[in-house]
Formats: sequence, C-alpha cells, structure tokens
Amino acid sequence: MESKLIILIAVILGVVALAQLVRIYELSSKLRKGSEHEVPNRDNVLNARLMLIFMVFQFLGLIYLMFKYGWTGRGDAASIEGVETDWLLNLNFVIILMVFFLTNFLLFYFSFKYVRKPGVKAFYYPHNNKLEMIWTIVPAVVMAVIIILGLKSWNKLTASSGNDAIVIELFSKQFDWTARYAGADNVLGRHDYKLTADNNELALVTTNTIDSAIRIMMDGPSGIEVMQRVLNNRDTVINDSTLSAMRVDLSRKERLLRLLFQMKGHHSKSLDKSAWDDIIQKDTLYLCVNQQYEFNFRAKDLLHSAYFPQFRAQMNTVPGMTTRTKFTPIFTTEQMRKKMKDPKFNFVLLCNKICGGAHYKMKMIIVVKDKKSYDAWMKQKSKETFGAKYFPAPVAKALVSVGPAKM
Amino acid sequence: MASVAHDEHHHADLHHGDHHHEEGFVSKYIFSQDHKMIGKQFLMTAVFMGIVAMLLSVMFRIQLAWPGESSDFLSFFLGEQWAPNGVLKEDMYLGLVTIHGTIMVFFLLTGGLSGTFSNILIPLQLGARDMASGFLNMLSYWFFLISSLIMLYSLFISTGPAMAGWTIYPPLSALPQAMSGSGTGMTLWLISMAIFIAGSLIGSLNYIVTVINLRTQGMTMTRMPLTIWAFFVTAILGVLSFPVLLSAALLLMMDRLAGTSFFLSDIIVGGEMLANHGGSPILFQHLFWFLGHPEVYIVLLPALGLSSEIIATNSRKPIFGYKAMIGSILAIGFLSFIVWGHHMFITGMNPFLGSVFVFTTLLIAIPSAVKVFNYLTTLWKGSLIFTPAMLFAIALVSTFITGGVTGIILADSALDIAIHDTYFVVAHFHIVMGMSAVFGMFAGVYHWFPKMYGRMMNMRLGYVHFWITLIGAYGVFFPMHFVGLAGAPRRYYDYSSFGDFNESSYNMIMDLNVIITIFSIVAALGQLVFLFNFFYSIFRGSKAPQNPWNSNSLEWTTPVERIHGNWPGDLPTVYRWPYDYSKPGSDVDFIPQTVPLADGEEEH
Repeated sequence: MESKLIILIAVILGVVALAQLVRIYELSSKLRKGSEHEVPNRDNVLNARLMLIFMVFQFLGLIYLMFKYGWTGRGDAASIEGVETDWLLNLNFVIILMVFFLTNFLLFYFSFKYVRKPGVKAFYYPHNNKLEMIWTIVPAVVMAVIIILGLKSWNKLTASSGNDAIVIELFSKQFDWTARYAGADNVLGRHDYKLTADNNELALVTTNTIDSAIRIMMDGPSGIEVMQRVLNNRDTVINDSTLSAMRVDLSRKERLLRLLFQMKGHHSKSLDKSAWDDIIQKDTLYLCVNQQYEFNFRAKDLLHSAYFPQFRAQMNTVPGMTTRTKFTPIFTTEQMRKKMKDPKFNFVLLCNKICGGAHYKMKMIIVVKDKKSYDAWMKQKSKETFGAKYFPAPVAKALVSVGPAKM
Repeated sequence: MASVAHDEHHHADLHHGDHHHEEGFVSKYIFSQDHKMIGKQFLMTAVFMGIVAMLLSVMFRIQLAWPGESSDFLSFFLGEQWAPNGVLKEDMYLGLVTIHGTIMVFFLLTGGLSGTFSNILIPLQLGARDMASGFLNMLSYWFFLISSLIMLYSLFISTGPAMAGWTIYPPLSALPQAMSGSGTGMTLWLISMAIFIAGSLIGSLNYIVTVINLRTQGMTMTRMPLTIWAFFVTAILGVLSFPVLLSAALLLMMDRLAGTSFFLSDIIVGGEMLANHGGSPILFQHLFWFLGHPEVYIVLLPALGLSSEIIATNSRKPIFGYKAMIGSILAIGFLSFIVWGHHMFITGMNPFLGSVFVFTTLLIAIPSAVKVFNYLTTLWKGSLIFTPAMLFAIALVSTFITGGVTGIILADSALDIAIHDTYFVVAHFHIVMGMSAVFGMFAGVYHWFPKMYGRMMNMRLGYVHFWITLIGAYGVFFPMHFVGLAGAPRRYYDYSSFGDFNESSYNMIMDLNVIITIFSIVAALGQLVFLFNFFYSIFRGSKAPQNPWNSNSLEWTTPVERIHGNWPGDLPTVYRWPYDYSKPGSDVDFIPQTVPLADGEEEH
C-alpha cells in the first residue's frame, strides 16, 4: 500500500513539475516574441537530422535482429513441404526487405534533404503520368511473380496426399491432443460425437459402441429412465427452475436418443473392423522419417489449431467437420537435435487457436524415428488396438487374431 | 438536384443570420448538435478509451516479460481476484488481450479517428454550416458513448470481460461452459458492439449525405481535399460492412440465448453433450471478416487522408498525383471487400477459394504502393516544415511501408500456413494498422488542434512525444516479428512450455519479450507527455491565429472562435483545388481555395 502511495505522489509531483516547466518555456518564448505556430529554423533542422539518425538506427536495429534472431528460433524446416515453404519465404523476404530499405531510405532521406531552407521555394510538381504509370506497373509485375510462385506452392501443399500416406487422426479438446493411427488397414474408423463415453473417448462408430451409447442414454445413471422416474415421482420436491432445467435436459436426451437409433439403423456391421484396428495414442506422437502422413483433424469442443512449427504445417480443428493437412518429416528427432545443437530438442504440436485459460499449455511432443525403430515401436503398439482395449481380454484376443487377417 | 439543395441551404443561412441565440450549457457541451462539438466529444471519449486500452496492454506485456513474477502494478489495477499476489490470472490475461483489441480497433481507431475528424472536417472543409442532420449526428455520438460505457463496465463484472479474443470466434464465445468470460462478459460485449454499430451506421450515413449534398459553391468532387475523399470512402465501407458484423453478432446472440445452431455443431463441452448439429464455426468467420477486413481500411483510410493534407501543407507542395490518390483510395476501398478470406487460409476453407483470396489480396499492394510513392514524391524538392503533425504524418508513411510489406507474406497462403496466428501477424497488423492509424490520429490532433480549441499545442512537447512514440513503436514491433518467426503463437499466457522442447527458441522469445515490454512501457509513459500537452493547451495554450499553418483548405477561413454555422457571413465560394502551394507566378507560397484564378492562371 505504501509503495502505491509513493508512486501516486511521484506521478502527481511529476505532472506539476512538467506544468511549471512548460509555463517557464512559454513565458520565455513570449519574451523572445516567438509564437507557437512558427517552427524556428533550429528546431526544424534538428528534426530533419533526427529523421536521418532515426533511419540509421532503424536499419541497424533490423539488421542486428535479423542476424541475431532471424534463424535461431525456427531451425531448419523438418519436412519436404517446409523446405519449399522456407525457400519461398526467403525469396519473399528478399523482395520485401529491398522494398523496405529503398522506400524508408527515400522517405527519411528526403525528409532530411528537403527541410525548409530560408529563401528556397518548394518545387511545384502536381503530377506526372509517366512516373505514376511506372509505379503502378512495377509493383504489379512483382506481385504477379509473387502470386504465381505462391499459388504454385499452395496448390502442391493442399493437394491430396499420396496413396502410400499413413493416415493419422489428431483429436483436440480443451487442453490436450490425442492421436489415432488408422491401423493395419490404414482406414480410420468412423466417428460420431454422440457415442462419446468413458471407454470410447474418440466416439468411434461400431455396432457395440452404438448399442452401448443407447444403453447409457436410456438406463445410465443420468439416463432418460432415471430422469423420468424422478420427474414422475409424486414425492419428489423440486423447485421450478430445477424442474424446467431437467425438462430441457430430458428433451435434449430424447432427441439424442432418436438420433442414436437412426444411426443404429444406418450402420453396417462391415464398417466395424476399420474402427477396431485403430490405435489410440496419447502424450507423444511417433512418426517415421521420410514417410508421408495425412493428418485428419477433429475437435471435441471448440476451435483449436494444430500448429507444427518445425514442419511449417498448420490447420484449424473445427467441431462438426474434419480438416486435413499432410507433411513428410525429413529429419529424425536425433538428427534434428544434432542440427540444433540441443540434446533436449523435440518436435512439437501446439494449439494455435485461443481455446480457454490453459490454451498455452496445450501441446503434444512429436518424436520422429528412423524406419527401424519406428517399426519396432509400431509392432509393440499394434497390440493395443481400440478393439483390444474396448473388450475384456479373451474377446480382444480373438479380435486381434481374427480381425486384421480378414482385412 | 445539388443546386436545389444548395439554394435551400442558402435560405436557411440567411434565416440563421437573423437571430443569434444563446446556447445553454447542456445544449452547448452535452446534447450538442454542432458538428465541431460532437467531434470533440468523440475525441475526448476516444482519448479516454485509448488510455484504458493502453493500460491493459501494459498489464499483459508485464505478464509476458516476467511471467509468474509478482507485480505491484498488476495488483494495483486488478486486485486479488484477477491478480492474486500480483500475478495475473490466465483467464484475465485473455480478457485483457480481448478488450485491448476491441477498444483499440473499434473505439479508438474507428469511433475516435473517423468520428472525430469526419465530424470536424467534413463540414469545415466542404464549406457547409453543419452536417446534413445535426440530430442524427448527436445520436451517433450518444450511441458511441453508451457502447463505450458498456464495454468498460464489462471489465468490472465478477466473471470477467469477454475473453475469446477480439475476433470472438464461436464456439468459444458461444459457450459459457468453456470459459468464464464467455458468460455475462460476452453478452455485454455483444450488446456494446450492437449499439456501437448502430451509432457508426448513423454517423456514416450522415457523412455520406453531407459530402454528396452540402458542398459549397464551386466545391466539385475533384476539388475536395483528400481528407474528405478518405472520410467519404470510409463511410461507404462502414455502411456496407458493419451490418454484416451486426448480423454475425445477432446470430451468435441467438446461439447463446435461444438455442439455435448457426455456429455450433457436434459439441461436447464441460462433460455435456450438446444437441446442436449442422452449424458451422467457419460461417461466423466469414461474416466476421467480411466486416473485419474492410474495417482495416475504415481505420487506415482516414489516417492516410489526414496525412495527405498535412504532408502537402507542410511540404509547401501540392500532393503529388491528386487523381491517382483518389483512384487508389477507391481501389483500396473496393478491393477491401473481396479479400476477407485471407484471414481464413487454414480454417479448412476450400483451398481453391484460398487461391482467389491470395490473388485479390496481393492486388491491394498496387494502389498502396502508388500511395507511398506519391507521398515520397510530394516530399521530394519540398520545403519541409517539421511541425509535430508533419513528423507524425511522415512516421505514418514509414509504418505503412514497414507493416505493408510483411502483409505480402501473410497474404501469400502458402507462407501464411507457417506463420498464421503467430506474433508475426501481431507485429504486422499493429504496425500497418495500429501504428499508422494512431500516428495519423496524432498528426490530426496536432494539426487541427488550433481549429478545435482556438489555441496552439506546445510544439517542443510535441517533438518529445513524437520521438518517444516513434522509437517506442519500432522498439516494440520490430522484435515482435522475430518472436513470431520463432513460431510463438499469439494469445499465449506464457511461453514456458517452449522450454520443454526448444531451449534456444525459448530463450530468444523470453529475451525479446523483455525488450518489447520495456519499449512498450517507455512508449506508454511517452503518451503522458501528449496527455499533459493536450489538456494543458486546451486551457492555457497560446492563442491560435486564424491560419497557423498557412493552409489552403476552407476550414482555415473560419473565425478562430467557434461559432454555430461556421462562417459569420455567406458561405465561401471555391475556385480551385486545395493544393496550390508554391505555385509559380504567385508571391506567397499558398493560395487558399477561396481565391479566384488570376488572369491566365491555369487550374492545376
């Protein structure tokens, strides 16, 4: 509290002191018969010089920052797509830096050079069509080059992934990522958010999960039957607001239940197997070097954005729709650590769309392995399919042994 | 048509001259219908809102530079609830960011910039007694004030202000379960913005009608100062784009309150399975940015208009390429409506649509380049007088270039992927739109202060303010580009998680964040010099002469003392464009618009 008081007093005294200074300045300038709308030549020239000095510092500052920080934070691009992006980015930077230095130089240099000199009149020069044509056409040509190169890259980056791309789903929610490998068939099982349950966090669609969701909706601890029982019980005492909230809740659940029955009607059992062999992976995402990946993104609750800074890839995740991107890692984590001279370096997936208080903590470490160790990891991991985890041990065994073979 | 309107207006003038009526305090200062007073009301409100938004930014900059460290400054302003032990809370960090952005973009740079200077300058530079409708003009200010008060009030409620970022993307902004600020705070945000938009529409319509109908004798469209052209196009942009934001806000309101599903689909939040299905969050982004991008030019064009006038006056030269300047204002205005998708390259929008937006967006670089080169040529062989206004106008050109060139990178969808939503974007738009518009506003205040208050601002304090602000601005936003290039996402409460995977980039981000924060505090303190100068000069500044800058445009032919109706006698007649500075054959270096062409003199 004391410090606040002292700060307050200091501020007030500062303002008073400033007021006095200005008063003195004004009185003295009155004595000198100067007036506030005429800029004395001395001030004018001083500002002109400061313009030039500022320019020098501005340029030096930028150059210093470029050399010190221009490349440290990013590191080399670690994907085929990223290498191309960086090439184009550097090219664009060369162009815009040239424009920046040229035009800022002219601006500040003219400010310095053409400062008012007593007796010299300004040059009346209202327009010149030729000049104006030049600086319409030259930027237009430069823009054409930038647009053509940019769109060429853009088309490549957004083209669909190749046939041998491994499909991985990245599922986002407040505040973490979950990965789902498409399994042996490289086809992701279908999903529907209404099937979300403790043992089916990613809401995969299979005959069993639909049945289970219907069961929970009807007879679960907060299911329709329980609610109806409460509402129909003459002895329950509920106040009006709770009652109306319960009714709204009940009608919502009944609607969801109808949709679940519809889903059951449309679902074909043959689709089950593409879901059972999917592999769910938390915390760390493992990728294989020089392997193209197609990422399908989903969001459970809000918009998130999957940002892979080192792979120069990014895509928003949107509730209610699937978005996609692709990239091919070209360095393993080990190789990248050597390049970055940082034994603790890791690739990362960040959330880059504001999604609540802990948004800044939402990330997933990515480990890129060489083919051999990736295969070893995958072999181990493929025992933990969705099917294996969903069913009690004996059933799972049957599924694992039978499931993939059929496909 | 125009001549009829003019005649009618003339009759009203005669009538007006007949009886002079005393204004009471309330009708003069509070419910004033005089455009000059309304302009000053806009300015005062905007200055206050600007101070608040700047304070908010200093608060979150402190958190970014010294995360987790206790700060007296934070605990002083935020108290125990939002900054326990002087450490900012995560939610409030996002609240500060959101309200900072909202106030700066809408209340300072839309309401403040175009509200102040359109009001003061349109009638004065056109030779009109007042706006087309004084009452609507007053209404537009009062809507603006009420919306400002609601926005400020939202900072003080227990669940905190809106926290979804100034772009308020749903579902985050639609679901109170997702975040505390998406409750009452968000409701207040939407109400405030709805009122703001209503006020802005009323104002814009008034500006358009005034420019079209109330130009004085001889003031053809191609004799209007570029300021008026800029305000005119700005008003048209506002009228065409703000209603779309209103519709987005209303639909969002319905999703929040009436259970509709415009922007919501298949959501489970806070353990609750919502039944909403079929809506699209991307629809909101389309609606938002259909306003959002023209908004950039609503903010920027008035600043460019003001600086055109100031640079010409203080170079003692005509603005170079007057017609090209008008053409580029129109081109920028038109293009601004077909580029909104460049904010959405990575939302999952169809990539082909993305390519179209790349094309249209990069086209804007052409009229922008024309403007820059025209400014440069105006300075060339001029006789420059560095008033504080002139300094700010030149700085505007510099930031317009610096921020503009990085826009080329962000508009290129292939490159945008790598830096979208990082601090590179934050640096880009703060320089090109924030700094340029703020510099334009300062330039305008220094230049037209004598017209507004009949007194001069202190020039030396103006210089101090300018240099601190310019150095501060570049000191903040140059390093910020590099934070962005290092891959630092925006709207992160702290970057400690970078320490888990990339030490060198973490160290770099932290180093730069400290530098940025120090510059931002210095720049913020520099604004005290301005505030002091501003308020001190209103009351004690030296008396202004009628035409302190030897300027040509009509506002300097009005008497220094403010009078209702602007000109004591007949309205002035205009014979020439406003840029006859240093014209060969003339003894003085300026020929006001009211001076008839001499024998054998050619119009520009």
